[in-house]
Amino acid sequence: MLHLTTGRVGCLLSKQAVVALTSSGARMSSHGHHEVSDSVDMSQPMYWDRLDTPLPDRPWKDVLDSTDKSLKQKEKGPWTALSKEEKIALYRLKFNHTYPEMKRPSHEWKTVIGGMFIFFGITGLVVFWQGHYVYPPQPHTFGEEWQAKQIQRMLDMRINPIEGFSAQWDYKNKQWK
Amino acid sequence: MFRAAVRLSVSGARSLTRPQLGLTAPLAQRCYAHGGKLESDEEFDARWVTYFNKADIDAWELRKGMNTLIGYDLVPEPKILEAALRACRRLNDLASAIRILEAVKDKSGPHKKIYPYLIQELRPTLDELGISTPEELGMD
Repeated sequence: MLHLTTGRVGCLLSKQAVVALTSSGARMSSHGHHEVSDSVDMSQPMYWDRLDTPLPDRPWKDVLDSTDKSLKQKEKGPWTALSKEEKIALYRLKFNHTYPEMKRPSHEWKTVIGGMFIFFGITGLVVFWQGHYVYPPQPHTFGEEWQAKQIQRMLDMRINPIEGFSAQWDYKNKQWK
Repeated sequence: MFRAAVRLSVSGARSLTRPQLGLTAPLAQRCYAHGGKLESDEEFDARWVTYFNKADIDAWELRKGMNTLIGYDLVPEPKILEAALRACRRLNDLASAIRILEAVKDKSGPHKKIYPYLIQELRPTLDELGISTPEELGMD
């Protein structure tokens, strides 16, 4: 299934993937599962929190101290004998985030919208500066006097007299309709 | 795809599984492309119950089964989940059992009635094996 392979590849792209160091070598620590650092051994089973992959390849905490080990021993017996705290501890040994924790909303959207507006603002400043310093002077045909003469000439020529320009001019009273 | 989307949009605590199309191989959820016959709901459920009921199931098979099952466009029937929880018990893995419950709650999506129904159906198994739900442990 495509989604199973993307589970492997997708974890690299997923922002919520927590890529842990493996338990080999001197870099290990019992809770030593931090964000991706300089090198992660991708040939070892990896842990990730994904909604569509409830059981990742590796438990979250795979270096167990003696209390964890004794808890794991107790897990082999009837689970009715475990207290709530012990059950929670067992869960936290195996998994990093619970589903609600995985689904917690982030404040990222504020950063995105804010960044957007900042860039709009910078662009606006650039456009304004450009209008002031870069554009050449306007052609003389844009002047008030020229425009007035142009309009009068258009009316004299009866431009679009039926539906358009001159149709809006009341020739008898010399004003716009 | 459309049929799956329509079915999932029909809310109702009873309509849990959807007919799956394909061969008996667990991964083949494609449709009639090869001309195979449609697998019924019961066959699908039976296949998965058998998978998890394997007496000497190992941890990898449990993980693979659960991850595949969660990948499908359906919420598994209580009997499949019961078999999976019992497999967790054989593997002495309480954490995965709780994780499975969380996962199916997430799979129900906006259909809020499915998860309480599942818990209700699984209640005897949960009590027998001593599995607490995430809600009982305060993890929600």
